[in-house]
Amino acid sequence: MEKFIRQQGLVAPLDRANVDTDLIIPKQFLKSIKRTGFGPNLFDELRYLDEGYIGQDVSKRPLNTEFVLNQPRYAGASVLLARRNFGCGSSREHAPWALTDFGFRVVIAPSFADIFYNNSFKNGLLLITLDEDTVERLFNEAQGVEGYRLDVDLAVQTVNTPSGEAIAFEVDSFRKHCLMEGLDDIGLTLKDQDAIDSFEARHRTERPWLFRDGQPV
Amino acid sequence: MASQTLYDKLWDQHLVKQREDGTALIYIDRHLLHEVTSPQAFEGLRLAGRKPWRLDANLATPDHNVPTSFKERAAGIAGIADETSRIQVQTLDDNCNSFNIEQFTINDARQGIVHVVGPEQGATLPGMTVVCGDSHTATHGAFAALAHGIGTSEVEHVLATQCLIQRKMKNMLVRVDGRLGTGVTAKDVVLAIIGEIGTAGGTGYAIEFGGSAISDISMEGRMTICNMAIEAGARVGLVGVDDITINYLRDRPYAPTTAQWDAAVADWRELTSDADAAFDKVVVLKAEDIEPQVTWGTSPEQVTNIHGVVPDPAAVSDETEARGIVRALEYMGLSAHQKITDIKLDRVFIGSCTNSRIEDLREAARVAEGRTVAASLKQAMVVPGSGLVKAQAEAEGLHEIFLAAGFEWREPGCSMCLAMNADKLGAGEHCASTSNRNFEGRQGFGGRTHLVSPAMAAAAAIAGHFVDVRDFAPIPTSNTNAA
Ligand code: SF4
Repeated sequence: MEKFIRQQGLVAPLDRANVDTDLIIPKQFLKSIKRTGFGPNLFDELRYLDEGYIGQDVSKRPLNTEFVLNQPRYAGASVLLARRNFGCGSSREHAPWALTDFGFRVVIAPSFADIFYNNSFKNGLLLITLDEDTVERLFNEAQGVEGYRLDVDLAVQTVNTPSGEAIAFEVDSFRKHCLMEGLDDIGLTLKDQDAIDSFEARHRTERPWLFRDGQPV
Repeated sequence: MASQTLYDKLWDQHLVKQREDGTALIYIDRHLLHEVTSPQAFEGLRLAGRKPWRLDANLATPDHNVPTSFKERAAGIAGIADETSRIQVQTLDDNCNSFNIEQFTINDARQGIVHVVGPEQGATLPGMTVVCGDSHTATHGAFAALAHGIGTSEVEHVLATQCLIQRKMKNMLVRVDGRLGTGVTAKDVVLAIIGEIGTAGGTGYAIEFGGSAISDISMEGRMTICNMAIEAGARVGLVGVDDITINYLRDRPYAPTTAQWDAAVADWRELTSDADAAFDKVVVLKAEDIEPQVTWGTSPEQVTNIHGVVPDPAAVSDETEARGIVRALEYMGLSAHQKITDIKLDRVFIGSCTNSRIEDLREAARVAEGRTVAASLKQAMVVPGSGLVKAQAEAEGLHEIFLAAGFEWREPGCSMCLAMNADKLGAGEHCASTSNRNFEGRQGFGGRTHLVSPAMAAAAAIAGHFVDVRDFAPIPTSNTNAA
């Protein structure tokens, strides 16, 4: 996983609540068996006027020029500003894959759906929860000032605005550690192999019906 | 010991290690796999040179992309016309073979939607932790199993370590007191709950459903309710164990053997919240107030009852919510104050992991029997949740009722619930659907989904627009009291 330490980037404001994972990456693109290449189809139904399909040359597709990511002033944005309950819906990890493949490293919103939240941190995408008023203020600033950038510093957990304000945010220490080190969870968990083995042995004795080994499954 | 909720008990029973940073390692008993969210996980294992930790915990079946037409299905994987779908189903097959994972293959009689298959096989048991790379894994909580959806990285993590890194959630109780009226089903209950608490109302919580109305509901109805916990933002939905749970599991293929049965049942009986257990949040609904529900918008919380009207955004004070309504109405092609019963339909879909079990099909068939699908409809389809549901329905003659009425009778799979296969809505088409998500484009680009119960979907198919199934046909109380 790519490390995340600090990100200074252009901010794109996506002014819409309850952005679901179907909207982030529609199902036809879930047929890919790879982890990469989803960026061109991020927000496909909002970005393009026609219906997208997998393997298509997106450069020939009609763009919805009103959509925020199609506006030249937001080209190259790496910080997405969003509204409440961002990432609701399915468990598809293709959603954070599409966001990172497009170039986003940070999403800021008043709240996120649980599964999406988990998935994002496993892919080097930092999600920052700020209160509604602060998010509203950032929306006004990002929409009002062309080239509006934020400086997100994970080490000290602040979002720094161009005016010099430092907005503190919370992040759990395990997730922060994994992001900053670019760690693979599986390797970490396997360090506890002994604990898993002994738990499993006890569990098997107490509730043998949960195990079917030896029986044809 | 202090009083515990059901969720607390399940958590404690699977806690491998509590870490200082607040995360915990939780042991996973059952891992269900399907073709969409597993290929990258298997690839990850292979690249790291890792093996599955415990083979017998895993069970796989293709469901999301499988075609549901008899013709396309007959030739198995090779017969899947869409190349990308075929590769994905083939990849699952290859991975299961090379890692030695049990799979119900595309034309196995037991194949079906994972959340229908697990319980039907008894592969979901009370007291288990159940995960799957699919958010509707909450379904399995109907059995007092701690079940939730996970992403692909977590699929790989579970395969490799038999554990997940979790943080404990908060406890919420949603109590439905009283008795449901005739013609009001589990689907109406869960839609009414989502309408009440909103699509983010359960975020961060494990929701336990309780109260007399839930106790009266069959296992299949409870699965319908837990299935949509995620639509209320909760990864986990739960119902405590009772006789209905235990009777359902008896003699299922993966259920405990005779020798283990009594010990298992004694253990399962403990799986209810203690009488004085504390919940962080309690929501109470009166069953008598719940009427057949219909969603009008593009989020499951945008729901009203059959005699309701489309809301007026001007009357909503929260600005973000009002803007959401404006956008939803535009997408749905509806206007404020329009009557729900005036919404005309183009297609009807009866299926999905929410409502494709035998009781759902019986309910729909009862309404369809002796009637005809409205000529104005382009299509009405019934897609059973598994091969075994299909066989049971055919044994009862339900397929003949559907076919005679003008419904299509399909092979099992997710189908038009998410339209990854050929079953989809055209742009602008309205669909009465028994599935769980009415998001923009969910059932096809530009498609307009209205979520309803199977009986309401069947009635809508006959009428060509939404109607109150209670006026429409004298049907007996559905999916209650059945053991
Ligand atoms: S039926 Fe629909 S919601 Fe259920 S698993 Fe399949 S696609 Fe997901």
